[in-house]
This record gives sequence, structure tokens and C-alpha cells, in this order.
Amino acid sequence: MNNPTSQAELVRRSLKRRYRKERRFRLYGMIAVAIALLSLLILFADIIQKGHTGFLKTTITLDVELDGELMYLTDPTDRDEMAMADFTAPILAALKAQFPDVEGRAAERELSRLVGTYAASDLRDLLRAEPGLLGTTQTLEFLAHDTVSVYVKHADNPRYTVRLSDQQKQWVDELQARGVIDTSFNDVLFQNGDSREPANAGILGAIVGSMLTMLVTLVLSFPVGVAAAIYLEEFAPRNRLTDFIEVNINNLAAVPSIIFGLLGLAVFIGAFGMPRSVPVVGGLVLALMTVPTIIISSRAAIKSVPPSIREAAEGIGASRMQVVLHHVLPLAMPGMLTGSIIVMAQALGETAPLLLIGMVAFIVDIPDGLFDAATVLPVQIYLWASSAEQGFIELASAGIMVLLTFMISMNALAIWLRKRLERRW
Amino acid sequence: MSNASSNIPDDITKTEKAAIKVAEPAQQDRREAAALEEGKTVGIPFCENPKFQLRNVEVSYGDTPAIRNISLDIARNEVIAFIGPSGCGKSTFLRCLNRMNDSIESCSVRGSLLLDGEDIYDPRRDVVELRARVGMVFQKPNPFPKSIYDNVAYGPRIHGLANRKSDLDDIVEGSLRKAGLWEEVKDRLDATATGMSGGQQQRLCIARAIAVSPEVILMDEPCSALDPIATAKVEELIAEMSESYTIVIVTHSMQQAARVSHRTAYFHLGHLVEVNETNRLFTAPEHELTESYITGRFG
Repeated sequence: MNNPTSQAELVRRSLKRRYRKERRFRLYGMIAVAIALLSLLILFADIIQKGHTGFLKTTITLDVELDGELMYLTDPTDRDEMAMADFTAPILAALKAQFPDVEGRAAERELSRLVGTYAASDLRDLLRAEPGLLGTTQTLEFLAHDTVSVYVKHADNPRYTVRLSDQQKQWVDELQARGVIDTSFNDVLFQNGDSREPANAGILGAIVGSMLTMLVTLVLSFPVGVAAAIYLEEFAPRNRLTDFIEVNINNLAAVPSIIFGLLGLAVFIGAFGMPRSVPVVGGLVLALMTVPTIIISSRAAIKSVPPSIREAAEGIGASRMQVVLHHVLPLAMPGMLTGSIIVMAQALGETAPLLLIGMVAFIVDIPDGLFDAATVLPVQIYLWASSAEQGFIELASAGIMVLLTFMISMNALAIWLRKRLERRW
Repeated sequence: MSNASSNIPDDITKTEKAAIKVAEPAQQDRREAAALEEGKTVGIPFCENPKFQLRNVEVSYGDTPAIRNISLDIARNEVIAFIGPSGCGKSTFLRCLNRMNDSIESCSVRGSLLLDGEDIYDPRRDVVELRARVGMVFQKPNPFPKSIYDNVAYGPRIHGLANRKSDLDDIVEGSLRKAGLWEEVKDRLDATATGMSGGQQQRLCIARAIAVSPEVILMDEPCSALDPIATAKVEELIAEMSESYTIVIVTHSMQQAARVSHRTAYFHLGHLVEVNETNRLFTAPEHELTESYITGRFG
């Protein structure tokens, strides 16, 4: 065995086995990565395939004669008259102009159902804003009725049921051929709050709500988390109390989010009497949830600062605080920011605790303050996903895409910040 | 206890110089152990009007003793080298001189350590002020990840030594000149310090230390990470600096100790075995342990 040639032979033989092991290990790794990528791809493909139509709206463009006699309206500035006026009539008239041979009330009703529920009120808003238009003929774009929209977008999709009569289908086909009914980018989605009518429902309210909530969360949890991490790492004595605190921070990070929701309900709404459904309470709850994770990631970032830098500063006579502020913090900042942004992205997608504090309410208005009732993106998706109208299916998927876009941009920001801050050092 | 070592008076502080006769080989081990246990130091551990007066210093990490009853004086403007095998406590002892051990929680220091007659470990003593007077250069070059200028200017800035930008510029230039680095870096003061070579980084660290005009500079194996050329430059620098500073240097290189220091102290297992004039210590050591070490029998 001690013979050098036989030893070399042994090594050579074992080499083969070692390389085989290595190849096998690499293969496992590649399979794992492939599975992960494939699931991500399937997820994205499915969502985009189902949801891309959510970014399209179906419109009906009509030449509407704003005839005062037809609407029983003489003065659009008179509030009583406006309240009594019939704004459906001119739209129906315009539709009838497209199909002059339609006769009878039943047929007329079917025809009028091609335009969305809010077409008449859109017309009223227009006249209220510009009374001078009374008596003129305007080319106006109305949102099509949900059923028409489903027919236009999903006629061949077995997942959708088209609730139109054969007569209506024929009209829609005809109007599409004439270019009266058309699809275009769904700007309504980014301009409106929620609505009972899928065609009018938008996600702007939820986006603003999410941003306000995240603002509160960030402003509260980042300074608190970083300060706690610095104190625990740099100043706190090592004793049983700090050990106990450390263990409990880790425990807090593992507490299910719905429990933070219950806590928020009991403490902020119950004990402090804060209003329900408002971003400030949502932000507080999410801050409670994110602080432990921020502390943990910030401590890890502080720990990774090389001790030689600390010694160098101490050796010149920098005080504890100066060592932290001038050297440790700048070096730990990229890690702290990355950790915080990733946990913020998680909080952005958090639903359960917000359901409990009432951010699940149906809210049409765009919130304009921290104390204004609001909902957030994931809750909006949840609401739409559980709605009965077919039009909400694609909206839920569109909402998911918007949410994912926000998350991916936040993660990209984290990577960009890390790269940028690291380059300075 | 029986022979040579018992000739040494117990109160060593009164002895300028303790001479020990070479013992019989058979008795050597026992004698060594006895000498170590009593904490006697042979050679010239004390001097008149010292910068540091260190008496009966004991340091332990938790229950593990690292320094056992060491007494030593460090004179003004002298270069004293600490040598000894790894783990003998020379770095620990060095770090007591500016309380760099403070951040190690398990570390406890007993005994009297006086800098210019004032207690270093007085609880009322401000450690920041102490470190401004007793600067330190570390084993591995550790410049801040900032510009060359900011590295040197950092100390004067935090201590408020310069009120105007021009004063600060002068301090930076003066320190870099003293560290022999000015000619090499004067055109790129804004370049980041971590991009310099190891030797330049170490000289930058020396410049950073002298920028706050300390009285003492502690050097913890300053050349162990440097090549011979960079080492030669740093040693030259130490020789020049000895005119204005007291320098305590820990080194693993006996040649280095011989080249740069006036006195050399030999540490062994937490004991200060021998302190002597450098020439003397390397040519005619008084203690067998010292002799064994410098002749390469162990260490």
C-alpha cells in the first residue's frame, strides 16, 4: 500500500468516483433550479394569459344628439331638472340610429343594455360640467355593458358564459364590424376605485391605499428596527435579559401575520379607538410584523462589518457612537436596506392582518389621507376573486399583475441600492 | 525556590537589575518554573521618569489568565519591542496600554497601570482622551474604506483639532510626510485607500495614527502582512518617529526587534521573563528561556 505507484493508482480510481459524485450533485442542483424556474414561468404564463384582457376595455362610440325635449331638460344648471331628466333616452336614440328597424319596447330594452350601467350618469356628469352642450350632437365613448365585454373578449372561451340573447349577439357583431364597438387600453383600471360594475372598477384606490399603508410601515419600522439592531449589537450588555430579548425577537418574526391583525384590532381599534379600515392602522399592524425581521437582517448586516474597521476607529479615539455612525452604519447600510426592502415587499403582499382591521370593505373613493378608509392591492384582488360577476375574473388577474410589478420593482430597487452603495466602498 | 531565584529580593520594584546565575542543567526546569511563578523579571524592567509605569499587571479572559503579574516601565521616546512565542500575552499586554481590551467583555485587568503618573484604568478616565494620546497601528492594515485624505483627516476631525480646512490640509500633509507617503499619494488624495498596496496601507494607518499627535504609538505586529521592502520602509519610519514618540512594538521577527528597538522584552506564557537593552538581550540573554527562544529552540 505504501508503494507509490499503487497509491497513485488508488487516487486515480477514487478520482473517478469523486468526479461522478460531483457531477451527480451538480445535476441535482440544476434540476432544483429548473423546477423553480418552471413553476415561476407557469405561474406568470397563467396569470398573464388569464389577466391580460383585464387591461382592455370595451367601448361603444355613438353620435349622441343631446336633445332637450327627449331628456325633459331645458336648463342643465337647474339641479331639480337634472335630477328628473332622462339621460337614457338620447343614448337609446343613438343606438336606434344604428339599427333603424328595431321596434317595440322589449327590443329597445335589449338594445339599451348594450351600454354599461353608468352610461346615463356619465352623460349627466358631462352635461353638468358643460351645460352648453345641450342641443348639440356629440360623438361620445361609452363603456360597454359587462356582458357585451365578456362576449367581445371571451366569445370562444369555455370558462365564460355569454349572457346575451342571439339578437344582442347579432347587434354586437354588427357594431364591431362598423367599428362602433371596439377594445382599447383600459385606462379606467388606473383611474377609478372599486365598483360593483366590472367595467367601471379600477385599482387606483387600492394602489393609493397600499402606498399610504407602506409609507406608515416604512416610517415606523425602519428607524425602530435599525435603532434596535444597533443598540442590541453595539451597546447592550450581554446578559440574560438581552438573550431573552433576542430569542423573543426571533419568535416575533415567526408569529403568523393574522395574529398581528388580531392584535391590531384589539389594541389600535379596540383600546385606542382608532378608526377601522384606515391606512394608518394597517401601517401600524404591518410595522409590528416587519420590525422583527428588520432587526434580524440589520443585526446580520452590522455583524458582517469587519472588526478591523471598528478597531481602527476605536484606536484613534472615536467614541462608541462615532464608531457606529461613521463606520459601522455606512458599511452595514446596503445590507440593512436590502433586508428592509424585501420585507416591505412581503408586507405589500400581506392580506390576512388587514382583513381583520377592516381594510376589506368595499370602498369606491380614492383615499386621500392616512385616516381615510382604504383597501390595499392584495385585499382588492381577494375581493375581486370572490366576486360573482364574470368581468372581475380578469380584473383579479390584472390586479395580481400590478401587485407583482410593484414587488418586482421593489426587489429590483433593493438590488440596485445594494450595488450602488457597495461600489462606494 | 531553593537556589538562584531565591537570591532575588521579593520586592522587585526596588531592584534596578536582577542578575541570575546560570543554574545546573538538572535544576534548570525547576528553577525556570519557580522564576516564572514568582513573576520575577530579569534585566532592566525599570527606568527613571517613565512614560508608562506598570506594576503587578494581571489580565485574564474569564477564568483563563493571560498576563501574570507583570511589572515594567516604558521610558519616554524609547522604542521597546515585545517578543515571545504565540499566545504569550504580548498583544494582550500591549492592548492594555490604550484599553483596547475594553470591548472584550470577559477581559479583566488588575494592577496599576500609570501613564505619566495617571491611572489608565481609572473608571473616571475618558478612554477617548486616552486613545488620542496613545495611538495604535494594527497587525493587518485596516484603512477605512474612504479616501486617503479622509483616512488621515478622520482623527483630527473627531477630536476637533483643526478649525479650518487649511489647518486640516496641513495636518494631513504633515502626517503623510512623516509616514513617508506624501510623495506617493499627493496627487490622488481623493482615491480610495483600499486600492493602495499593503505597505502603503500600513503606512497610511501610521499616518492616521500620528495625525492626532499622540504621545505613544502602539504597534501590534505592524509588518507581519507586508513584504520585505514595505517592511524596511516601515522600520525606517519607526526609527525616525522614535525622536518624537514613545513606540511600543509587538513583533514576531527578532531581526526586526533587533533593528528598531532600544529595549526588548521577552514574554513567555503570560510572564515577562526578561527585559534588556536590545543588543544585550540578543547577544547575552540573562535568562535561559530567552536564550532558548532567540536561539530558536522553541517559539
